Amino acid sequence: MNAIISLLSSAITRGAPLLLGTTGEILNEKSGSLNLGVEGIMAVGAIGGFLGACWTESIILGILFGFICGALCGLLFAFLTITMKANQNVTGLAMTIFGVGVCRFIGQNMKTEGTFPIMNPNLTSKFAENGIPLLKNIPIIGPLLFSHNILVYLAIIIAVCVWIYMNKTKAGLKMRAIGENPAAADSVGINVDLYKYINITLGGGIMGIGGLYMGVIINNGTWNDDWIGGYGWIAVALVIFANWSAVKALLGSFIFGLMLALQSKVGNLAAEFPNALGWTAKIPVEFYMALPFILTAVVLIINSAMHKKSGNAPSAMGINYYREDR
Amino acid sequence: MKTNSQSVKKEPRIRIAKRVEMSSKYKILLTAFSVLAALIISGILILFLGKNPFEFFLQVIVGSFGSAINLKLLIRIFVPILITSLGLSIAFKMRFWNIGGEGQFIIGALVAMTFALLIGDSLGRFGVFVVIVTGAVGGGLFALIPALFKVKFNTNETLFTLMLNYIALYLVQYFLYGGPKFYISDRPGIPTFKVIDEMLFLSDFKSGLFSVDTSIIVAAILIVFIFVYLKYTKHGYEISVVGDSVNTAVYSGMNVKLITLRTIFFSGAIVGLAGALQLTGSAAGHTLSVNITGGVGWTAIIVAWLAKLNPLGISIVSLLMSVLEKGCGYARTKMGISDAVSDIIQGLILFTVLACDFFINYKVILKKTDKKNMLFDSASAKNELTSNKDESEGSNDLKLCEGGENK
Repeated sequence: MNAIISLLSSAITRGAPLLLGTTGEILNEKSGSLNLGVEGIMAVGAIGGFLGACWTESIILGILFGFICGALCGLLFAFLTITMKANQNVTGLAMTIFGVGVCRFIGQNMKTEGTFPIMNPNLTSKFAENGIPLLKNIPIIGPLLFSHNILVYLAIIIAVCVWIYMNKTKAGLKMRAIGENPAAADSVGINVDLYKYINITLGGGIMGIGGLYMGVIINNGTWNDDWIGGYGWIAVALVIFANWSAVKALLGSFIFGLMLALQSKVGNLAAEFPNALGWTAKIPVEFYMALPFILTAVVLIINSAMHKKSGNAPSAMGINYYREDR
Repeated sequence: MKTNSQSVKKEPRIRIAKRVEMSSKYKILLTAFSVLAALIISGILILFLGKNPFEFFLQVIVGSFGSAINLKLLIRIFVPILITSLGLSIAFKMRFWNIGGEGQFIIGALVAMTFALLIGDSLGRFGVFVVIVTGAVGGGLFALIPALFKVKFNTNETLFTLMLNYIALYLVQYFLYGGPKFYISDRPGIPTFKVIDEMLFLSDFKSGLFSVDTSIIVAAILIVFIFVYLKYTKHGYEISVVGDSVNTAVYSGMNVKLITLRTIFFSGAIVGLAGALQLTGSAAGHTLSVNITGGVGWTAIIVAWLAKLNPLGISIVSLLMSVLEKGCGYARTKMGISDAVSDIIQGLILFTVLACDFFINYKVILKKTDKKNMLFDSASAKNELTSNKDESEGSNDLKLCEGGENK
């Protein structure tokens, strides 16, 4: 039983940064921009948020720093793709190279010039503070749902808020209209560029918080050269898997988080239930690593085979809008 | 500069319009200027670290060209980027977003590795040829997967090739850590791949003071081949027509599906060839590894784009990128500046060049103009949007903008 609880709880811990990255990317894609720079934006948010938290010794300001750094990257992406009409794929890839470079550059320089800053242990414990008092004492459900770090709950709140914004507000409707057909949206007087700018910047900020999560929680705030470790790319995949819905991304991030958690926990699981789940340990761990991508590829194929134009995929995704091209 | 976002009623003060054509002299000048701008920004970054930016750039140059050994190491970085980028460029020319370079590269190397271990020294020196060709075919077949789904179901190739990159990577990782013993050397400790038979090593190309792998000859041939292929053959013509407008290609009776499959096979095969050459060459120690690609698949996309898919341009930009990579590594050892600075400079160059493309393709009009904004019929919105784009972009084929699928 313990193995299962530990596995599921670890799935939530590992799913949360994916959820943040995915929510940010959904905002991008739904407003018509395929941003492949998630990995880089998360990296910049990670190092920015981490340093912010170290300097200000405040958890809130740390999150804010992560958000701002991510948002700045989003703004740069928006400026290049909207105002400068640069190709989105290439800009996104450049953002990944640039962002990961910035993160490594800052981190390595701190390591060579003395020691890498270690977060005040006080603050680390605050970040990792285990859950909601009282509720976390409930057996089974307590350790499963109510004993996570605050960023997990923040991620869930953000995802739900984004879903409400996209589906229940006027601004969200306009934003989705732009993602489907910017020319039509423009013709009814929606400020296409402004909406895109706002959503991409906001999305970048949310990815930035996801990056902070990777630095502070997954890597415990200790430096290694690869803080994001491909989570940004998994987030891009998860957007498809979650069918461009922030609420479905909640479930999707849990499933993907489970696959990530299985990589390290599958041994325990098989040891505790040798008869029922013994086979899980026989599957090579690389399969669990590839599974998010395999599943996403399958979803992509199924969606396109069923002529659903990739499920909820916005029609104008990846295509820049130039008014005079209409 | 939110010009095209103002309300329909108001006349915009600043307006942008497509430029007809800019002379190539200005294009090159502007691009060179933007690269310079990126370098200046990076110089300022170095200055902030309390280091001398001029010394830094000098070290980058010395680290790349300063000695025969540095030059040799530079070429080792340069050739894979160049070949991969050439391979991707023909897919991009067709506006097929093959961002699966990483996957095709590593699969090319994996297939080449498999055949290398199978044939050993049984075929003598001819074996090298077999290994390289099978590697190329492997990369081509791997690229064919997304292409098949693209022509069959119109599956989004950008996302699909992206997924395949990681599937390929974990496949190779599986062969290293969990798979059959076939690939693994008997060396104790951390598992490593076997080294291929000495008979299958890529031979050296000796010239004066130093020797480099013959892969540089392959690369040189490929530059010419791709240039001729795209510009002077029927295939090349078909690729550019499909790239400009799928509808035009269909109406003129072209077999778009066949063209797509063929082109993507070639694209993947050239990338796979780069992987096979990397495996048999000395750069990777004649063996496979999980990070044999070294991010080449990503860099190559950017290189192809910066070079506007021009084979000659690709070789220049590849050189620039490999100088940055090699030189920054050297500068790190000399000046203690993190080699991640090369990624930052690469990113900055791309950002500035992308921004400069805007001024090449559009002009900014400050005064009021008569051109009224047309009212828009939303029913035909999508058709008009795409068909107009096709027309307008036929004129300047180097601008492959707005990515995504061809609708």
